Amino acid sequence: MLSLRSLTAGALALFALVGNASAKDWTSTTIRIGTDATYAPFESQDSGGKIVGFDIDVGNAVCAELKLKCEFTNQDWDGIIPALNAGKIDAILSSMSITEERLKQIDFTDKVYNTPPVIVVPKDSTIAGFTAKDLAGKTIGVQSSTTHATYAEKTYPDSEIKYYKTADERNLDLAAGRLDAAIDDIVIFQQWLGTPDGACCKIAANIKIVPEIHGRGAGIGVRKEDTDLRDLFNKGLAAIRANGKYKEINDKYFNFDAYGD
Amino acid sequence: MQKLIDLLQWGPDGWLDELASGTAVTIGLALATLPIGIAAGFIVALGKQSTDPLIRASAHLYTTVFRGLPELLTLFIVYYGAQFAVSAASRALVGAPLEISPFLAGMVALGLVLSSYASEVFLSAFRAIPREQAEAGFALGLTHSQVMRRVILPQLIRIALPGLSNQWLLLLKDTALVSVITLNDLIRETQVAVSSTKEPFFFYAVACAIYLLLSVISSAGIWRIDRWASRGTAK
Amino acid sequence: MGLAGNGKVSDGAATLRPAPAGRLNNVTPAGIALLALWAIIGAGVAYGLAASLNAEGLANYGPRILAGYLTTLELVVLSFAVGVVLSVPIAAGRLSRNRLAGGLAYAYSYFFRGSPLIAQIFLIYYGAGQFVPELKAAGLWWFFKNSFYCAVFAFALNTAAYQAEILSGAIRNVAPGQRETAAALGLHPRITMRKIILPQALISALRPYANEVVLLAKASAIASIVTVLDLMGQTRFAYSKTYDLSFYFWAAVLYLATVEIFSHGVNFVERRITRHLKR
Repeated sequence: MLSLRSLTAGALALFALVGNASAKDWTSTTIRIGTDATYAPFESQDSGGKIVGFDIDVGNAVCAELKLKCEFTNQDWDGIIPALNAGKIDAILSSMSITEERLKQIDFTDKVYNTPPVIVVPKDSTIAGFTAKDLAGKTIGVQSSTTHATYAEKTYPDSEIKYYKTADERNLDLAAGRLDAAIDDIVIFQQWLGTPDGACCKIAANIKIVPEIHGRGAGIGVRKEDTDLRDLFNKGLAAIRANGKYKEINDKYFNFDAYGD
Repeated sequence: MQKLIDLLQWGPDGWLDELASGTAVTIGLALATLPIGIAAGFIVALGKQSTDPLIRASAHLYTTVFRGLPELLTLFIVYYGAQFAVSAASRALVGAPLEISPFLAGMVALGLVLSSYASEVFLSAFRAIPREQAEAGFALGLTHSQVMRRVILPQLIRIALPGLSNQWLLLLKDTALVSVITLNDLIRETQVAVSSTKEPFFFYAVACAIYLLLSVISSAGIWRIDRWASRGTAK
Repeated sequence: MGLAGNGKVSDGAATLRPAPAGRLNNVTPAGIALLALWAIIGAGVAYGLAASLNAEGLANYGPRILAGYLTTLELVVLSFAVGVVLSVPIAAGRLSRNRLAGGLAYAYSYFFRGSPLIAQIFLIYYGAGQFVPELKAAGLWWFFKNSFYCAVFAFALNTAAYQAEILSGAIRNVAPGQRETAAALGLHPRITMRKIILPQALISALRPYANEVVLLAKASAIASIVTVLDLMGQTRFAYSKTYDLSFYFWAAVLYLATVEIFSHGVNFVERRITRHLKR
């Protein structure tokens, strides 16, 4: 009896020790980073199926800087936070804005970039302004589980909000004329408006940033207990900002500073 | 037209190899689910014929639940539910013990659905075999398992084959749902191709054509199995 | 009871024949364990459902889920009805001896039953988006612009194929003697069809038709993938905001209850309309 009790106590103590230390050795395992690769130019799949984009380059640079092994996997956007919490992935690097709402579920590093949202309409749109009244009864397209969706719901309660699984599907419908307007990151639209399918539409207005909804930029999501990983990533981010690698990646994709203020 | 045909090349410029890999995942998922679903369906069918009314009730409840729920819903509950269960468990223990991949979630969800329908197929097949067959087997001194293996099962397979082959075709089509949990099956690869080339009509038509091809090939295979299962019977 | 060679009295026949109903004298530990397992699962689900019935969850998402449920009902009823109408000419084609009509009907049926519904709905929804100028010229864009109508269209085409098979199969299975007798009595083929063949065919087709309604109701969840806010769509919306799994269980309860009530209703109707047939 005594030996069983002490065995159990010993095992529990061991668990507690290992659990509290959260001593996952990040240098010896491959860090799986989840991303929803339907959000060009930040993350997308090229015709060979490889995941590419701004976020991927930043992630790889950070990992190279920290001498960590990182691997990107495709993950559906709606389930990406549950996937992180369930341990399927170790980090989220998918243009996920740092919001209070999300901070209840996961933790974030410092921001990776911060670009403002805009509203896009078809070129022949007759919409004059962008108050709730102007867009009452109109159809606005957003990606589900995004800050833009929350913004649309709160700002345009009288409009019909259509939720799409990916930004690509939403853009397809925008080009088809099923939507009167769409809200998303300015970079997404600028990329798309340059393509032949985007020729249908134009950027109509900037969206006023609401900090509670939009957060303070996009960061890398980690589990709440992985404070060491978060600190590692922050170190890496600061390093590539300092040594110019970030600027190099930034200029490859954009002609403005994506980091924002 | 030529432009569309060009899109279907093998290699980096065309999408044929991506569609092929998606098709492989689709077939793989269906083939992986099939034995589990059929075996489970057989066991549930046995349960429905049990002398124990509680076992019968459990089996009927199982079938009612998984034939009544939309497959998409079952898939989501298994996928997100398993993730939730695993994350709850990993909070209690150290590290993440199990990884519920989309493939596994698809297998489990589709397997649950397949087994419910298969159990009904097996049940009506059992009922179609005259009681006398088993009695004759026992009268000849065969044991329980010998009767099942040598008398009942061969007839069961022959009678259940049309129903089961129908379930296989349904399974092939149901695998398309796993694209929603981001498994790279044929539909998912088609979506990637569409978002890159902006030719939805062409690529979804091609995807439908590939499923039709799979169903034609399946029918040919099922015909051969039927020939084998019906060997020795009068036509 | 047979005598096996090893002296064991086998009652194997019993497991191939259910015991008389109404007696609990064959309960085994396995049975109790299985039912207990179901009870635990049921209790867990019920607890999860009740837990999400807090004021916030109910106020925010209750009305939406209900609205989604109504949308699903509309979707199923509308699609099935249009499918009924559409299935008649296709069934006629399947029964016809005309090579062209038969071939076309067979090709239609094979395509819509052989490919997944999700691929068909993507084909129609996003495919229509590719041909907007053509559709506008044909005056049809207002229809395909709406995701609900697109879903109804896709589901109707799909269910029409299955219904055509049910209808043509049922008509074929009416005993040939019926047709012969009608011909001997000098009845016009159209009257024969209307008063002799169809009533019998439809009675035997009731079960398959009811099955098709259930399958359509389950397939309707796929509409959520093309932005239709049916029960599944509203459930996914609620989950995406709260990550609370209990919304999926609410949807499951609603789908199951609807299917069960419908099935029992169909059983009742079938018993009533076949009471003239000796079973």
